[in-house]
Amino acid sequence: MINKNFFFKGYKSILTHDSPAIALTCCFIAIGALFKNLGFNIQESIFSTILTYALPGSLVMAESMLIGASLFNIFLAVWFVNARLYPMTVSLFPLMMHRSQPKWKYYFSCHFIAVSAWLIMRSNYKQIPKKYRIDYWIGIGSATVSVSVLGTYIGFSFSDYFNKDMMIGLAILNPVYFLCMMVGASKTIQISLSVALGIILGPVIYLYSPEWSILLAGVIGGTIAYLIGEYSVS
Amino acid sequence: MSANIVYAILVTSFATFLSRFLGVVSSQGIKETSKLFRWFNCLAYATLAALIARTIIFPAGVLVDSTYSSRLIVVLLSLLVFFISNKNYIYPTIFSAICMAIINNYI
Repeated sequence: MINKNFFFKGYKSILTHDSPAIALTCCFIAIGALFKNLGFNIQESIFSTILTYALPGSLVMAESMLIGASLFNIFLAVWFVNARLYPMTVSLFPLMMHRSQPKWKYYFSCHFIAVSAWLIMRSNYKQIPKKYRIDYWIGIGSATVSVSVLGTYIGFSFSDYFNKDMMIGLAILNPVYFLCMMVGASKTIQISLSVALGIILGPVIYLYSPEWSILLAGVIGGTIAYLIGEYSVS
Repeated sequence: MSANIVYAILVTSFATFLSRFLGVVSSQGIKETSKLFRWFNCLAYATLAALIARTIIFPAGVLVDSTYSSRLIVVLLSLLVFFISNKNYIYPTIFSAICMAIINNYI
């Protein structure tokens, strides 16, 4: 089963001084308020946060519902937006794979892959023995989902008290937090170049192909950064 | 619960879980010291950076109602706060929300 010590160590990781808890809560406050405006009830809002647990996907779903898109169109739109979760998973799970751990833990805990949890794990995994990294990861994931649910509840309950400027203020918080975390994580030439190229190529490709922009920018920018990094090392 | 909303949530969660699940399946044959792993690492960082840049420059949701210049000013000032505060993540984050609300109210 799950090792309690490492689970709670992971759970407490969001209590550190540079934790994403505040940013994450504020983002889900905005999502909770958006769900209420869309006509969701509190159960549906929390159900959505727990089951989806990915901000861009939730936003795309909300926008698609606003324009009356079909379920198939919602599926495709969300799948395109959240396809970034695939390379994120492949770049994290090999760090946690251990023979002694049952596979269900990996299939279950991949649900926690999201930017905040991913960045916390990438910053801390070296301090955790490999055997217990999956338990630590489940702790991080449970904590970030808990915070997200709390944010959704607050946003839904108090949405009538938020004016437009406050909502915009809450919405900018998330990209700024992630940007700072990415800049902070840029310690090697490969990562720094990946971040820089992603920032440049994402909006440029968006002008030509909005649906594919994030994936294409990731593949092109990441591959160029990888090749330059490998070349510079060799 | 409304059936349409529940179906939309289920479809959204399935579409989201699919990428995560396929990622775990692919991860099983990849060693953390391999070149393939390093390549995927670069793809992940570049993809995230692209997502963040797109969110700021071509936003969705309530951010659409703010101006491009206001978002850019807030992001640049927040990065400045990030470096001044010795790379603390919380100060620039809180600063960005307050600064954005004020700029959007007065400009």
